Amino acid sequence: MDNVFYTLQDFLLFTKGAAYYLMGAALLGILGFWLFITGRDEETFIK
Amino acid sequence: MSMDVSTDKKTLLTPFNVVVGVILFLGLIVTFLRFTKGLAGVTNLSDNNPWGIWISFDLLCGVALAAGGYTTSAACYVFGLKRYHSAVRPAILTAFLGYALVVLALHYDVGRPWRLPYPIFVQSGTTSVLFEVGLCVFLYLVTLFIEWVPAAFEWLGVRKPRDVIVRMTLALTIFGVVLSTMHQSSLGALYLIAPSKLHPLWYSAYLPVFFFVSSIAAGLSMVIFEGTLSHRYLHHKMDATYQGEHDGVVLGFAKGAAVVLVGYFAIKVVGLALDNNWKYLFTGYGAWYLVELLGFVLLPAILYAVAVREENRCLIKWAAILTVLGIVLNRFNVSLVAFNWQLPAADRYFPSWMEIALSLFIVTVGILIFRFVSTYMPIFYEDERFKEHAPLDLHEHPVKPHPQGFGH
Repeated sequence: MDNVFYTLQDFLLFTKGAAYYLMGAALLGILGFWLFITGRDEETFIK
Repeated sequence: MSMDVSTDKKTLLTPFNVVVGVILFLGLIVTFLRFTKGLAGVTNLSDNNPWGIWISFDLLCGVALAAGGYTTSAACYVFGLKRYHSAVRPAILTAFLGYALVVLALHYDVGRPWRLPYPIFVQSGTTSVLFEVGLCVFLYLVTLFIEWVPAAFEWLGVRKPRDVIVRMTLALTIFGVVLSTMHQSSLGALYLIAPSKLHPLWYSAYLPVFFFVSSIAAGLSMVIFEGTLSHRYLHHKMDATYQGEHDGVVLGFAKGAAVVLVGYFAIKVVGLALDNNWKYLFTGYGAWYLVELLGFVLLPAILYAVAVREENRCLIKWAAILTVLGIVLNRFNVSLVAFNWQLPAADRYFPSWMEIALSLFIVTVGILIFRFVSTYMPIFYEDERFKEHAPLDLHEHPVKPHPQGFGH
């Protein structure tokens, strides 16, 4: 986190790399969140 | 007869009336002082802090919390979720009053209020973000007025102009959504000009995106919150259709707000990563940022999710209150708390009691007008004389409440 960046290239590589990991995590997280919210709806439909 | 009179006397001295009376009295005094002694007479504004609580609360919060108008009408007319139709009129009224009061508050806040129309009609600064905000707010206020006016025509029993406007509903809705998308985000874009003044945790190139996305959550939550209050205090004004659809509106909007809030949380964290601002999280401002992000974004998202899953309306109400408070906190943080953060404490801004009193005065005026309009005009019920002309043939195909809300 306290990396020293000597070039813009270094900075962008680090920050965009972190953002990509977070976006992947967010994608999975939001999918899980949606399944959690709609879980009971499916049970109602099956009934 | 004499008993009736004594009952009337009693009802006038309710706690609500007393509090409202005090606020209105103080507000009128501050209004007099503001327009006789100028801004310096009533505010703590300075060259370092030219924008104070009237911008933070009356404008930024007012616009964000009035987003229920465009979210509800877009859900109903653009996305075709007609089961939310009964929520449109209260949401449009709330939005119209919200924007009207934003413009009223601006008259107090700008040095020369009689020049407010200048940017639009006399000297347009087309390269300024503030010009875009002003133009959009002006156009959207007119749009909201036109969207609201059929209720007034129904109240007055005027059919022809009312029918003409009802036929324009879809066009007005689309125009309103476009304008809202533009100025909700532009309010965030206003702060892009001050990267050295706004704390890095709140400053981001994505501020316009944050403001726009959070306004959707604010709008949905305000509809839930306002609906809950209306159900408590204006229940007698609601017809069977409104009451039947209310539960579906609450559950559907809560589901929508949960998803928007969790998406907002995700983009805020990505924003932190893109600016590599992690180190600031371990400072005092970082702790305050985490309170906002975890306590007023992630927590209400989880509460909404649990409440929707369990169909717990009480929990939905609390999640809506938390979200509304969170949006207010965010706007205050961006425009006041984290703004000029590097200045010494002596140069920081804190509002005077008169600024706070005037903000309360404006909110109170809004509540009173809302109560008056929704008591006398068909806001929570449909006028029997106009039922056959309702848009989207809702009365030929009555809509049953849908417990699952969005996504089905």
